[in-house]
Amino acid sequence: MSDDNGNLLSVRDLRVYFETEDGSVRAVDGISFDVKRGETLGIVGESGSGKSVANLSLMRLIPEPPGKIASGSISFDGRDVLRLSPSEIRALRGKRIAMIFQDPMTSLNPFMRVSKQLMEVTQLHLGHTKRQARAHAIAMLEHVGIPDAAERVDSYPHEFSGGMRQRVIIAMALSCQPELLIADEPTTALDVTIQAQILELIKQLKSETGASVILITHDLGVIAGMTDHVIVMYAGRVFEQAPTRELFERPGNPYTRGLLRSVPDPTEDEGTLYQIPGQPPDLAHLPPGCPFASRCERAEEVCQREFPPFVQLTPNHQSLCHFANEVYAETSAIR
Amino acid sequence: MKQNPQKDDRGQIDSADLHIGPEYAVAERDVAELLTGRVVSGSSLWRDAWRRLLKNKLAVFGLVVVILLALGSLIGPTVIQRTTGYTYDAIPKDASLLKSFPPFRGPDGRFSFAHPMGTDSAGRDILARVLSGGQISLMVALIATLVSLIIGVSYGAIAGYAGGRLDELMMRIVDVLYSLPYVIIVIVLLALLPAKTPTAQLAQLFFALGAVSWLTMARIVRGQIMSLKNQEFVLAARATGVSTPKIIFRHLVPNALGPVIVYATLTIPTVMLSEAFLSFLGLGVRSPRVSWGSLAAEGAQNLAVYPWQLIFPGLTMALMLFSLNFVGDGLRDALDPQARRD
Repeated sequence: MSDDNGNLLSVRDLRVYFETEDGSVRAVDGISFDVKRGETLGIVGESGSGKSVANLSLMRLIPEPPGKIASGSISFDGRDVLRLSPSEIRALRGKRIAMIFQDPMTSLNPFMRVSKQLMEVTQLHLGHTKRQARAHAIAMLEHVGIPDAAERVDSYPHEFSGGMRQRVIIAMALSCQPELLIADEPTTALDVTIQAQILELIKQLKSETGASVILITHDLGVIAGMTDHVIVMYAGRVFEQAPTRELFERPGNPYTRGLLRSVPDPTEDEGTLYQIPGQPPDLAHLPPGCPFASRCERAEEVCQREFPPFVQLTPNHQSLCHFANEVYAETSAIR
Repeated sequence: MKQNPQKDDRGQIDSADLHIGPEYAVAERDVAELLTGRVVSGSSLWRDAWRRLLKNKLAVFGLVVVILLALGSLIGPTVIQRTTGYTYDAIPKDASLLKSFPPFRGPDGRFSFAHPMGTDSAGRDILARVLSGGQISLMVALIATLVSLIIGVSYGAIAGYAGGRLDELMMRIVDVLYSLPYVIIVIVLLALLPAKTPTAQLAQLFFALGAVSWLTMARIVRGQIMSLKNQEFVLAARATGVSTPKIIFRHLVPNALGPVIVYATLTIPTVMLSEAFLSFLGLGVRSPRVSWGSLAAEGAQNLAVYPWQLIFPGLTMALMLFSLNFVGDGLRDALDPQARRD
């Protein structure tokens, strides 16, 4: 089923550009990563770093125009997603790759009963009859922990609270047992206790079904608790990628280090919270050198001039920095 | 300042501490049930809108009048024919009755219930004619509105969802059609389509009025779809593999239904008025069939001598038009609570 490395998904040199009046915006500019079967991959980055665009393009959901997948390959279970016909890609969406969106308040159709929205998926992909689809919908709602699912299935989305709606969305995403679940900031719009519930639910369902998960977030705590492997994105590029534990222990990139430092530390009584200075660059007018150079505390003259190399630190830890080895050595030394 | 946060467990979600399973999940409805002590049943938008509509006295009045007039037109002519034998085109055989009697007056000049609205110049009962005319007027209005709904909603939805060049092209076509005076379009259409029988003539009229009444509907729907299509639930539907036609017609159009319904209700009186106007000009419904417009046209010729020939069809139509507009305004307020004045 999967290719030789056990990868379910393999993205190579993906570039997604948006044509605007201001020029071509390189939202995703040559990223590569793999997702193994059963693995959870975390993608972190600031707003506008290309996390969501990268994942939308996995299912070819980028609005075209203005967006365009300029080059690269996306291989899902050995097939190049970018070469699939529209009907083939539709057969993939929702069945083998499912997505959970950020805001549960807006990602359900307010005019459709929850039952109908849940049934639509299985009728479409599993060929369920109405009766089967309904039974399945109720079972899925029960599975994600909605009490009295049989009664509630005919409610409208506005009758559910935010956390409940996110459960409904998860039920919908998982109703065809997808092999890959993409969760695009699934907890950002929820309050903290509900966040924990939802993450716990995703974790539990993942272990039950053995699905791979791509978790997009800007919450490093979520990354730490949920993922096996992490990608740090900045300005449409992968800045660092490493196994989760390794990334937290020995970051090999000044940007990652900055991100980790800006997490509030509850053991610290005083002092101001660290923040990375400056703003993310304008993706339509990127400087020739490192896109992070102007904000980087470690930047030297070469950073402004030359684009940094993607340095292999260990077999599965890479970092995009002129000084990746030095940074890696420093963080190792601190330990 | 510490640089590697892994030593402490900040951010680390420990599932043993935080096992908040589904059993603790509480929905808004549970809270409502706890507070009120009874099971809260889901209240759909339509039920809410209906409740708001019923609070609007003018709209309720309009609704009642519309229903009464529609029912009257539907069964009235049959009832009159069964009880008195008068129909819209029955000319009395007695030559002395071949003239226009005022309302509630018999041939002998005394009070009579025979013709509550009087008779026309050929001695035909005006009440029967008004009710029969109502049938045609309502039918023309409803069918033309239906045509406008079908064409306008699909056209607008497709243009709005597609966007870009296709949208540009489709809406310029609408603009061009808009800029032509509709009377001319209708006259041309009526002249081009050959119609021999009265029924064919009617069909022609439906077609002509429907063909011009969908333009505004298309614009309204397009605008609605454009603002809806960027919402996340559309992306979510696309991400579950739903095909584009299904997204447009099952996910988007129902969300735009409020304004569509309101505009459709307001289209009915507009079309009715257009029909009356065309019939008044002699282009619409032709004798022996009658509509409110053709009755008014006939009555207007004899206005100075037999005013009741114009007054009754005119009043009935005015009542209907007002009522339909009240209902349409009421629906608009009921379906768009944010825009209400209170």
